[in-house]
Amino acid sequence: MTFSLFFQSVINGLNQGAIYALIALGYTMVYGIIRMINFAHGDFIMIGAYTLFYTIPLMVNAGMPAWLSVLAAIIVCALVGVVVEVVAYKPVRQAGSMSALITALAMSLFLENLAMVLFGAKPQNVQKIFDLPTINVLGAALPLNVVLTIFIGVIMMAGLQLFIKKTKMGKAMRSVPQDRDASVLVGINVNKVITVTFAIGSALAAVAALMYCTKYPRVTNDMGSMMGLKAFIAAVLGGIGIIPGAMLGGILVGLIEIFVKLFAPGWYEAITYAILIVILLVKPSGILGKNVGEKV
Amino acid sequence: MEKQIKRSYLLNVLGVLFVFLLFVLLFENRVFGASTQYIKGICTTACYTIIMVASLNLVVGFMGEFSLGHAGFVSVGAYTSAIVSSALAGKGLPDFFLFLVALLAGGAAAGVTGILVGIPALRLRGDYLAIVTVAFAEIIRVCFCNFAITGGGKTMSGILKLSDFYWCYWIMAGCVAIMYMYVRSRFGRTVKAIREDYIAAAASGINVTYYKVMTFTVAAFFAGVGGGIYAHYMTAMIPTNFNFMYSAELLSEVIIGGTGSLTGSIIGAAFLSSLPEMTRQFSQYRMLVYSIILVLVMIFKPGGIFGTWEFSLTRIIKRLFGTKGNGGV
Amino acid sequence: MAEAAKKPPVLKAQSLGIQFGGLKAVDSFDLEIGESELIGLIGPNGAGKTTVFNLITGVYKPTEGSFYLNGQRMNGKSTYQIVEAGIARTFQNIRLFKKMSVIDNVKAAMNARLSYGLFHAIFRTPGYWKQEAALMSRAKELLKVVHLEGREELEAGNLPYGEQRRLEIARALATDMKLLLLDEPAAGMNPTETEELLEIINYIRKEFKISVLLIEHDMSLVMKICERIKVLDFGTTIASGTPKEIANNQRVIEAYLGKEEEEVGEDA
Repeated sequence: MTFSLFFQSVINGLNQGAIYALIALGYTMVYGIIRMINFAHGDFIMIGAYTLFYTIPLMVNAGMPAWLSVLAAIIVCALVGVVVEVVAYKPVRQAGSMSALITALAMSLFLENLAMVLFGAKPQNVQKIFDLPTINVLGAALPLNVVLTIFIGVIMMAGLQLFIKKTKMGKAMRSVPQDRDASVLVGINVNKVITVTFAIGSALAAVAALMYCTKYPRVTNDMGSMMGLKAFIAAVLGGIGIIPGAMLGGILVGLIEIFVKLFAPGWYEAITYAILIVILLVKPSGILGKNVGEKV
Repeated sequence: MEKQIKRSYLLNVLGVLFVFLLFVLLFENRVFGASTQYIKGICTTACYTIIMVASLNLVVGFMGEFSLGHAGFVSVGAYTSAIVSSALAGKGLPDFFLFLVALLAGGAAAGVTGILVGIPALRLRGDYLAIVTVAFAEIIRVCFCNFAITGGGKTMSGILKLSDFYWCYWIMAGCVAIMYMYVRSRFGRTVKAIREDYIAAAASGINVTYYKVMTFTVAAFFAGVGGGIYAHYMTAMIPTNFNFMYSAELLSEVIIGGTGSLTGSIIGAAFLSSLPEMTRQFSQYRMLVYSIILVLVMIFKPGGIFGTWEFSLTRIIKRLFGTKGNGGV
Repeated sequence: MAEAAKKPPVLKAQSLGIQFGGLKAVDSFDLEIGESELIGLIGPNGAGKTTVFNLITGVYKPTEGSFYLNGQRMNGKSTYQIVEAGIARTFQNIRLFKKMSVIDNVKAAMNARLSYGLFHAIFRTPGYWKQEAALMSRAKELLKVVHLEGREELEAGNLPYGEQRRLEIARALATDMKLLLLDEPAAGMNPTETEELLEIINYIRKEFKISVLLIEHDMSLVMKICERIKVLDFGTTIASGTPKEIANNQRVIEAYLGKEEEEVGEDA
């Protein structure tokens, strides 16, 4: 392998991985606080993408800057996230993790099919909000939106970390997974905490949708499921519930995929999954996670 | 005690036979007229779905662990049996025998895969196990996409049409009966104990890993048999048929029917597999309605419609005739 | 007495210890239990008593020392193997198979006595019926021992608290063990229930010829039935001897009895 091919692959891997990382942040945020795999998270991305698809022309026609539609997407995603939580997840919260998992799967199915009924099954093209140039670095093409995606990811990661560590709401968020009943006893409104968590997690999906659309401008009703599964795996790989872990996991999955594609194009998914399995077996809590056993 | 239980077994066999004769009567007299073939097809679909869902219930309901990769085992069974039947075709074997051999081969291959997946995966529990089963199923799918013998990612077609409803009915009854016997034996007892509390189960002398892998393997075997019937009914298939969504569908059928109730799996699978056909004119809204039903069941009946309740002919007869005795099977 | 000296002790622990991170939860724990002996293990909360149980039952792997059952080294064996060799336990925070019937709780623990395989189970061969019938009558006998006859078909989780504790003992007995570890069996019981429990413990010791290692906070119970007592504090043994010796030991009084009033909640 020549150096420039290697370097180009690293860039491509980062490009792919940065988007996984953005999506994984949302998964990890929700799992870290509610201990629930929100399978519908991938579909929030789809919702964000459709919002962009419909609002960008509106903004442009109204003479407003196109990036305002990102705000619209954030609001729509946060709203959908909160509604899904209140209507579907909240009633099953006491019923155990099996019910939560199934409900999340059902919501994913629901959103995908609702989108098909509303928007049709035909893929749509999202207009680009910005067009960043591609520059040449060490003989490899580096699209600047890769840099931007990673930058946004790091900013969001740092912001979330700060929010969770420093603010009162963040502290409440950290206490809920430790002991829900005790949190209630010390005056934390657990329902509010969970709702806020979903609002933030879903808003992150809107940002991920934006970066996804600058890379692949196609929107379909089932774009979220495969993307979501991969991003989720990234979150698990890094250590689910741990915010920097999502970033690390996402970028790793992206790099692994691109490099395996070089050597065995038909097998890249299988190898990504195999690596996930190995890591989970060796360290079930992920790369950055801590192992905790059950008390006897 | 033993005598009563044996009598109830006999009763259930008679019940199964009765239902079979009812089907024969309906189909042979062409009660459904031109759509007889079509309805027979739906019933065959129901048969293999019942086997798949009931087998998944062994893992989810009785062992209490998530598996979101059951479609992987189904696909191993489907492809293996299709390869075996096409290899043995034209060797002068009677069709039914050929079918059985193919199904057993499919089941065996899926069972072996179950052991290989189960030994590492079952060290994990809960959400993590769910993820790892997804990962294994995806690996299996990618394998079938790359092997030349399975069509190399394209449709594998020309599989013999062997899945006759009358045969499938008895194969389904046999499979469910075997799973029932498994659950109501020392194996089922230990596995339920593990579900309730794996630490206490180990402290009661139960080799937790062994019985978990064993149950997982039995479940995989029957998933493979179900896949075999599927292959010989569809006669053409592509690896993406067995993707994550198919696993999720099977799991949701288990949950809607009732985790820990084979009756629930039978009725849930039969109903849900015929639903797509019944609502064909609203196909656009079908999955929408399905997902709403799923959420409603989870909210109002988290244990599924039948919970852990099992249908018992003996109990009904006792109630009808008021006979005495300890009958429950 | 002479015969007992020749035989290896039922349980022998030799400077057994475990470290979690930098913390020594249990340090050089020595113990010998003879046949039919009843030994009490006491100490303040967090002293490491339950950790000793977890070490002896293979839930944790000891980081130092070793332990023997009837002279056979048990280190590194998994829990079910240790149970098969003859050590069974109950749990401080009751761990029954809650959604199974009372009789099935006991039967599940007798799995190792059954030898029928898949074929026999599926085809319900005469071997299956014979083994299951024997299992049933044995399980019923054990329920009688802990005064739970007539409760066979109830769901275990629906039993009253005291009966749940007794069912745990029956389940432990079902494993056919030689050494029974009881983790606070009288916790949460009223005096009448404790009295009944005492009777049961004495009865099973005589009837099944088993040794018992008992963790208990109810001092009157410990003083009444234990032949010897071992006191743990911060993972180390601070005293051992007869109940009388322990009651007068100054270190024990300081470490444990003196702080009794502060005790709340469960042992770690």
